[in-house]
Amino acid sequence: MSLSISLTVNGAARAVTLDDPRVTLLDLLRERLDLTGTKKGCDRGQCGACTVLLDGRRINACLTLALACDDADVVTIEGLADGDVLHPVQAAFLAHDALQCGFCTPGQIMSAVGLVAEGQAGDDPERVREGMSGNLCRCGAYDGITAAVLDAQRRIAEQGKARAA
Amino acid sequence: MSEIALTQAPAHARHGSNIGQPLTRRDGVLKVTGAARYAADNHPPGMLHAVLAISRIARGRVAFLDVAAAGAHPGVVAVMTPANAPKLAVDPEVKTHPFVFRIDVLQNDRVRYAHQPIAVVIAETLEAATEGAALLAPRYETEPAQTGLDGDDGFVPPVLGAGQPAVLRHGDVAAGLAAAARRIEATYATPAQYHNAMEPHAIVAAWDGGRLLIDTPSQGLVLARARIAELFGLEPGHVLIRSPFLGGGFGSKGLLTGPQVLGIMAARLVGRPVKLVLRREQMFGPVGHRAPTRQTLRLGTDADGRLTALDHHTRTATSRFDDFIEPCGGVSHTLYAAAAIATTHEAVRRDTGTPNFMRAPGEASGSAALESAIDEMADACGMDPLAFRLHNYAEVEPVSGKPFSSKALRACYAEGAARFGWARRPRAPRQMRDAGGRLVGWGVGTATFPALMFQAEARAVLRRDGTAIMESGAHDMGQGAWTALAQIAADALGLEIGQVEFRAGASDLPDAGIAGGSAHTATAGIAIHGAGADAIARLAALAVGDERSPLFGAGNAGVVARGGRLHRSDDAARSESYADILARAGLAEIQGQGRSAADPAAQTRYAMHAHGAVFAEVTVDPALGQMRVTRLLGAFAAGRLINPRLVRSQYYGGMIWGVSFALHERAVMDPRTGRPMNPNFAAYHVPVNADIPAIDAILVEEHDPHVNALGIKGVGEIGITGTAAAIANAIWHATGVRPRRFPVMPHEVVALMA
Amino acid sequence: MNSFEYVRPATIAEAVAAGAAPGAAFLAGGTNLLDLLKGDLMRPTRLVDVTRLAELGRIERLPGGGVRIGALVRNADLAHDQPFASDFPAVAEALLSGASAQVRNAATVGGNLLQRTRCVWFYDVASACNRRAPGTGCDARGGEGRGDAVLGWSEACIATHPSDFCVPLVALDAVVEIAGPAGRREVPLDLFHRLPGDAPERDSVLAPGELVVAVRLPPEAAAFAAHARYLKLRERTSFAFAVVSAAAALRMEAGGIVAARIALGGVAAKPWRARAAEDVLAGARPDGTVFRRAAEAALADARPSGPDATRIELARRIVARALALAAAGTPARVPALPASPFAPIPGAAAHV
Repeated sequence: MSLSISLTVNGAARAVTLDDPRVTLLDLLRERLDLTGTKKGCDRGQCGACTVLLDGRRINACLTLALACDDADVVTIEGLADGDVLHPVQAAFLAHDALQCGFCTPGQIMSAVGLVAEGQAGDDPERVREGMSGNLCRCGAYDGITAAVLDAQRRIAEQGKARAA
Repeated sequence: MSEIALTQAPAHARHGSNIGQPLTRRDGVLKVTGAARYAADNHPPGMLHAVLAISRIARGRVAFLDVAAAGAHPGVVAVMTPANAPKLAVDPEVKTHPFVFRIDVLQNDRVRYAHQPIAVVIAETLEAATEGAALLAPRYETEPAQTGLDGDDGFVPPVLGAGQPAVLRHGDVAAGLAAAARRIEATYATPAQYHNAMEPHAIVAAWDGGRLLIDTPSQGLVLARARIAELFGLEPGHVLIRSPFLGGGFGSKGLLTGPQVLGIMAARLVGRPVKLVLRREQMFGPVGHRAPTRQTLRLGTDADGRLTALDHHTRTATSRFDDFIEPCGGVSHTLYAAAAIATTHEAVRRDTGTPNFMRAPGEASGSAALESAIDEMADACGMDPLAFRLHNYAEVEPVSGKPFSSKALRACYAEGAARFGWARRPRAPRQMRDAGGRLVGWGVGTATFPALMFQAEARAVLRRDGTAIMESGAHDMGQGAWTALAQIAADALGLEIGQVEFRAGASDLPDAGIAGGSAHTATAGIAIHGAGADAIARLAALAVGDERSPLFGAGNAGVVARGGRLHRSDDAARSESYADILARAGLAEIQGQGRSAADPAAQTRYAMHAHGAVFAEVTVDPALGQMRVTRLLGAFAAGRLINPRLVRSQYYGGMIWGVSFALHERAVMDPRTGRPMNPNFAAYHVPVNADIPAIDAILVEEHDPHVNALGIKGVGEIGITGTAAAIANAIWHATGVRPRRFPVMPHEVVALMA
Repeated sequence: MNSFEYVRPATIAEAVAAGAAPGAAFLAGGTNLLDLLKGDLMRPTRLVDVTRLAELGRIERLPGGGVRIGALVRNADLAHDQPFASDFPAVAEALLSGASAQVRNAATVGGNLLQRTRCVWFYDVASACNRRAPGTGCDARGGEGRGDAVLGWSEACIATHPSDFCVPLVALDAVVEIAGPAGRREVPLDLFHRLPGDAPERDSVLAPGELVVAVRLPPEAAAFAAHARYLKLRERTSFAFAVVSAAAALRMEAGGIVAARIALGGVAAKPWRARAAEDVLAGARPDGTVFRRAAEAALADARPSGPDATRIELARRIVARALALAAAGTPARVPALPASPFAPIPGAAAHV
């Protein structure tokens, strides 16, 4: 079978021909599509630094074969802001100092966007902490991350209400 | 030259523009949008991928590598082994500098620790290089390896980690113990730990004739440049290292490591740019670790609970081929007014990689033991552990008799205790339960870390358009150098922070020293401050000597720089803009230079340390032993704080490392083979978000007129000190059993309680 | 990772045919398989991507109250399927206590059953491991001993099965539906995973080419919904494999136990159903004493395979606690910290 796939990355349709079936979604993004915002921390699904949205759901790009993403919709950290306007989760991470070295940050933010979309955590900080536990932060920015997720979720809900009104 | 354009923080997040203001990170927008470029994000044209093959034995030699199989794999370009590895200009076994560590870079077939690099496979794709490395299928001549601290060997090292003495005696400990009314003796064990920054060590190396361009994370750019130049026989000026962002360092990116050198060698071998990134398991071997320790504390008090003796003995390990001895005793020199103090260290040689600096080297492990022992001593005296600490408070540094340059530890204890509610703590253990019947305990630990200072340089340029450049090759590994140092620069130059272009993170900038020892803000900051002051002084000299200037005749000391203008100190209404002064003088710019170094006179006169108090609440499931730090509060005094928002994050980070030290992280070595058995994040646990339900820090005011020109003590490491013991002490208070092995694990607590 | 042929069959029949070839492996969520490939722990020459078999992605209610879960249903989707979580709350709790949200969004039901052990000796390619490389020996014997099996192990292998999901499933008499070259068959989950014996390399009863297509829970399983919990001891609060775990489900009438279902995780090469413990509870009044007797019955045959003597006692305690939690009643919603000892403890269960 051909190793050509088509997928949507950050809203743009991409046709990709792979020379190797072993390429993961993470290495496709980083090494072949020049989308290096998504980070490789462990390459084994144990740290969450490579979190992206695949068909709207947060997953570990390192454990996803690129070929299996044929027809998929992928959103990475590069696709989150609207031009110069940060996504509410990005803005909240800045405001709450929810980052230090920044290496886990793209994965944290994509995970947070996924968590908000899942709608399971509500305003319970404990559910946010549990829901963000797939993203290690060696610098220890967890307190700011939890606050940022709750804050962003409120803002997103308000934006949604404003749009509906 | 560094090419980092730092995006301004969005307006809503800005709170000020100089020292003491809680600015949001100036590099924050780059980091939250994925635009911050870390070493492994670089991809020069023609770049190949290099992957290490690592040893699965800990001692012996590589007898065979299937180079043919690896080379035949489609896409593989070269296999670098000792047979074809480029020769280096100097033998990497020769220590040309005290801070040069011996590295393993394919100069021979010896194996001296598990996960040592034994070959590098270079290929067109990462996938091909990775499989090529697997196909090498090495065979070994294996010799018996030894890890761990057991054994009857051991030697007294000439010096410890950063040069401290291995043995220090103050007073007569034997007599103090003999005379004591109460004594305790306990041994505490700490495991090998691996830094495990989220960003694995990575290098992109590109040769251009005799010049070398490198992207690699570095906590010490100029030191790394010198070492690379030496190893490859280059002029230092022909090596450019870019390191605008480190994805965490924690000490492991301070000194050049073997894998980074191998990346440069690989690029030379194939004549193309090469990227080499460590796999996570490869972080457990060639890039350093915190050595395991076994520390025996013997304490005695008189009938009033005053320490008569404090004896702190450390047994630790270094590698078979180099020395880094964890300096655990330092904390015992400074914290308690014991009449007699002795700290001794012994080391064993083991078949591991060489340990190195890891966040609070010495103080982290040392305070875990000391602060546990102090708790045991307090209990033996029937005293509240905080009251016991205050009872033995050191008014001067005990071993030297020097006054402290400043010491707001009493305020840390008091403010921390008040916010934590310590007064409600029952003295006896096993008295508190939560609504679910779980055991709850409260513990305290004292935090301390020396206020160090290295040497740095900076260059300032004031430009005719009223803006300025500040250059110092500083390193931002997450602590916030891009922001805090720019704040200092803006103040020094009398400008708004947005008018100062701060350049850092590259080796062709003035040497900012090493980002370590919690000393980077002070070291680079004072050089920056000096450079700004120098530029302003030169500018002022132009103005006050020019009769066309409203400042004419004011004298150098008679002007202040503020808002891009020089004002007469005696008449602020008389002022002139930098731009006007430069324009009139016909100058496009004016430069200033700054340097920093510790003041030997002040160091002779004063003991310089940051302090803090950490309070922990731990909840323990009494049947299952599962534990959670349900509250953690630190109160720290560390002199002047440049940016309290960033400082708080540093404290939190350090305290979370303390949680990790207390409950989670440890390398499991197989004593039969010397291999680390948990070299991954699934099995080498560090805390996850759910482990940190409630953390808080108090930034205690402290003014230090002696420590350095800016009164800065450093905040990066102190958070971990005291925290591990505070948690262990809280476990004792919850359960009544005393854990003495770190990390404290559920099955061990259950076994202790049985 | 060795190179492989990648095929994407359109039908189950094609998948089975493609998967029957020597060296073939099925790829679904990939969360375990990619990890194994990257570690060179498995080196298949063909990956059969079954993720496009839409018919395997459904959750179907069965007449009479049971449920049929397609093998490709993602862990998160099953856990958050409200009717499913209401009827089988311990299963939802177990699912949500496993791995991370990212992994649960990708990992499938079938893949969860087929995940391989997390034994560190299995994971270390340089170690002798009969499960990974038959005949090489077992370096886990003589190792540190944490995580080793205490039930059903053999001299050849002391590894444990890491699944959380399978523990309540086996307690509730789940059945595995399998398609293979010889047609369809069904195997009770309790008989699906193999104990190591002298052939630990075979984790399950699946033959080459056989594909898990669904897992079924019988109607009786929903009768335990009011008193069903999963509890998991971990070395950190979340994102960790179980040291030991237990699922407990009770059918209660008039304050007494009519029937009990108990299984343990992290103690054997398979999710371990504890029928002897269930027998202790049938007809009993729920209290700490009888829960402890049940726990002792559950571990009656346990023997340590390594130096860690606490594992058996921890397993007893987690069974007793899970029973107490189950007796206190299923919470209205899966707790914020699923399956954690730090989840809220109803008053009645506090002192067990």
